[in-house]
Amino acid sequence: MASDPLAAPTSLVPARNRPAPKRRVSPTTERPAVKYTLIGIAVLFMAVILLLPLLTVFTQALVKGPGVFMKAITEPDGLAAIRLTLLVAVIAVPLNLVFGVAAAWAIAKFEFHGKAFLITLIDLPFSVSPVVAGLIYVLLFGANSMLAPFLNSINLQIVFAVPGIVLATIFVTFPFIARELIPLMQDQGSGDEEAALSLGASGWQTFWRVTLPNIRWGLLYGVLLCNARAMGEFGAVSVISGHIRGVTNTMPLQIEILYNEYNFAGAFAVASLLALLALVTLIFKTILEFRFGAELAASKRH
Amino acid sequence: MKRTAQILAVTAFAAAIGLAGIVTAHADDQKILNVSYDPTRELYQEYNDAFAKHWATLHPGSTVEIQQSHGGSGAQAQAVVDGLGADVVTLALQGDVDRIAKAGLIDKNWQSKLPDRALPYTSTIVFLVRKGNPKGIHDWPDLIKDGVQVVLPNPKTSGGARWAYLGAWAWAAKQYNNDEAKEKDFVKQLYSHAPVLDSGARGSTVTFAQKQIGDVLVAWENEAYLALDEFGADQFDIVVPPQSMLAEPPVAVVDKNVDAHGTRAVATEYLKYLYSPEGQTLAAKNHYRPSEPDLVTDKSLLSGFPKLTLISIDDPIFGGWAKVGPKHFGDGGIFDQIYKPGN
Amino acid sequence: MTRSTSQAISGAGARPRPGWHFAKPSVIPGFGLTLGFAVTYLTLIVLIPLAGLVLKASSLGFEQFWKIASDQRTVAALTTSFGSSLIAALVNVVFGVLVAWVLVRYSFPGRRLLDAVVDLPFALPTAVAGIALSALYAPNGWIGSLAGHFGFKIAYTPAGIVIALIFVGLPFMVRTVQPVLEELEAEIEEAAATLGANRFQTISRVLLPRLTPAILTGFALAFARAVGEYGSVIFIAANIPYKSEIAPLLIVIRLEEFNQPAAAAIGAVMLVIAFVMLLVINLLQAWSRRRFGNGV
Repeated sequence: MASDPLAAPTSLVPARNRPAPKRRVSPTTERPAVKYTLIGIAVLFMAVILLLPLLTVFTQALVKGPGVFMKAITEPDGLAAIRLTLLVAVIAVPLNLVFGVAAAWAIAKFEFHGKAFLITLIDLPFSVSPVVAGLIYVLLFGANSMLAPFLNSINLQIVFAVPGIVLATIFVTFPFIARELIPLMQDQGSGDEEAALSLGASGWQTFWRVTLPNIRWGLLYGVLLCNARAMGEFGAVSVISGHIRGVTNTMPLQIEILYNEYNFAGAFAVASLLALLALVTLIFKTILEFRFGAELAASKRH
Repeated sequence: MKRTAQILAVTAFAAAIGLAGIVTAHADDQKILNVSYDPTRELYQEYNDAFAKHWATLHPGSTVEIQQSHGGSGAQAQAVVDGLGADVVTLALQGDVDRIAKAGLIDKNWQSKLPDRALPYTSTIVFLVRKGNPKGIHDWPDLIKDGVQVVLPNPKTSGGARWAYLGAWAWAAKQYNNDEAKEKDFVKQLYSHAPVLDSGARGSTVTFAQKQIGDVLVAWENEAYLALDEFGADQFDIVVPPQSMLAEPPVAVVDKNVDAHGTRAVATEYLKYLYSPEGQTLAAKNHYRPSEPDLVTDKSLLSGFPKLTLISIDDPIFGGWAKVGPKHFGDGGIFDQIYKPGN
Repeated sequence: MTRSTSQAISGAGARPRPGWHFAKPSVIPGFGLTLGFAVTYLTLIVLIPLAGLVLKASSLGFEQFWKIASDQRTVAALTTSFGSSLIAALVNVVFGVLVAWVLVRYSFPGRRLLDAVVDLPFALPTAVAGIALSALYAPNGWIGSLAGHFGFKIAYTPAGIVIALIFVGLPFMVRTVQPVLEELEAEIEEAAATLGANRFQTISRVLLPRLTPAILTGFALAFARAVGEYGSVIFIAANIPYKSEIAPLLIVIRLEEFNQPAAAAIGAVMLVIAFVMLLVINLLQAWSRRRFGNGV
């Protein structure tokens, strides 16, 4: 693949030091007319399907002027929704981070029976509807469940309260970090760790000083995605939250409430904050790829 | 890398602490939760502001924060039974409050604790049609004319939906002289003209006014006027049938919860203030029929309520919620028997 | 170091103790800790709640369960969800491959930007997408009014659902096909060209077969995601039973009616479907790895 004859043959260069695969132009390219038509169609499709909705969010947010915009965000219910969203993310993301690292370590560094089942289980939330994700917790902790008497006795409210929201969010977002790290760590193999161990490092030292630096960019990307999804989760949280304004409304639920109150500009105002977060996530991701493309290419499997 | 990691870790830690501080740094105000039905969002937004001011003058130095939850009345009642920590409920019909009382959360004689049988305001059911009334809807039987699509909520979850159902039933009772088979048939036809049943009155308004589905919305009177305000009077017309239901949305303190939360005083005052001149004026302003119209400060608001024959739930046709609830809306009741969705 | 070297170091030559081993012995520490934590986490977060769903659904008894699952409205909701997801995933096959091709093969101003934007549906909350799409395709929205001129209504019709699902599924398609496209060797195309194939033949007979596993995987991923989608759809759909009511919405409605058994039954059906889709995806990925050596 490298076109420079003096560069080391790619197979001997460790993956992380290889230059990012060049985007090749096929030796026999299409006719310019075909090529530009294809580019045109692709760009038009992406603009209509992806960019226009994004633009709509921002224009609709400001259609009634900055006053309405600020009011929707700074009124008590809006602030409460922002606080709750942040709280949920601050709890869910670190927990999922620990899980992701642990699971990736176990899966990438060891061979054991049932590994495929474990990986499938980790992939499960991607296929399960978010509504079902919320439903399972309502069934488990809600009023008619087996746990209800116990929860009542210790006065712990899970459904219709913040703990339920956190649980549902954790369910929906825990695969993100694990799925970024697993292929990355599998590709990297155990050689570095074994070398460190043979040089006398303890397990923890190996992890902190050898593994973590190796996976840092995949980890960061996973955290970004996990966070974006945790703050934006709607279906699962909607089922379990009770929709109590100012208490159990996250930003996505607040959007729905404002929308139902005909306060469309307000709904879009809150939505624009989340859209900004999405853009920041994408920008970070692009920067990461730009600087560390080769490493991320190994983890670019969804 | 180490430096970056350290900086990131410290920032994250600080952010987490700051966040925890913000989240828990709520002063020890009084907090009450008002679990209400769907259309009352605008009313209670205004009322809660007014009540907070009133409470501050009554008890200087003490503040009260009122949290709201809105949804279909039946669904909300069940949620309270299931553990939603309401301090007061302001629901769409006595039957829903009775359901909570039956579960032991409200005193059985809640209706006598407040004036006018715990009804600070009443309402009725009217029709909202497209501008110019192209399908010529004037009364209940027009709803089942050929080609008319009716939008109304789901009686399983929405209080407004039940009042609408009963309004239709009441018309059929008068028309067919209490022939139950014909009454059932009329209501069955009505629901076969309904393409979708939203879970709450507000959902139906959104479907009709925003999503432009259907020819007529059978709605709370206050909801219909609100739609005119929000979407423009040039889009819709309100049609008031000659006869409709006296819809009675009661209010009550949830005794078990206020005693557990220690909020009985503020909750009781919250409901009592609804009967004050300020409360009654706000109700009228939001198109609810005040139960004490003499207290309304702006008399011009009272002219906005058209006159029509209002049938009460205690009318012999119905015999009160104790009878109506199970007979029409219980599992296997008349609504279950007649409602088979699908065009 | 490559994996084979590290295996040599960890003692592939040493004789393991006879008998069945749960895990292959290794010098790397932390197996018990990490696997234990991961399994506990999964059990608490996933397995027990899922078991709760299955238990609730099975407590209905088979007859009652079947009655709910085969109820006309349930079947209609599942059909709507499946049908719309299928159409959306197919559209994403066509355009997703196209976009991936354009991003990999061509260079043009804004290519980097476009590449980044592909991930937007991953990062954007579904509720935000829902109201944005609803505003855009409503009769008074930019696209909706344009379509209105030609007599088309998009929002609040089943077509609106499909558009929302296309939005949600596009990155799955593109991101699955893109890496495979990037790793295609030039030699194969050159060989085909030297043997006299024209461009179209090269693409259809040489490249597409190699892309097929990736395309199928992307299709399955987009489809699975679309079937369960809720937030993006409920704002733009009319939610009319039998016509545009999706299965997740029916679950929510049943919950609101406090009909937990029915909600559990429909949820169980969707869970089974999710498992099946997962299985299909895993099989596709395994096939692709065996056949072409590239994991998709």
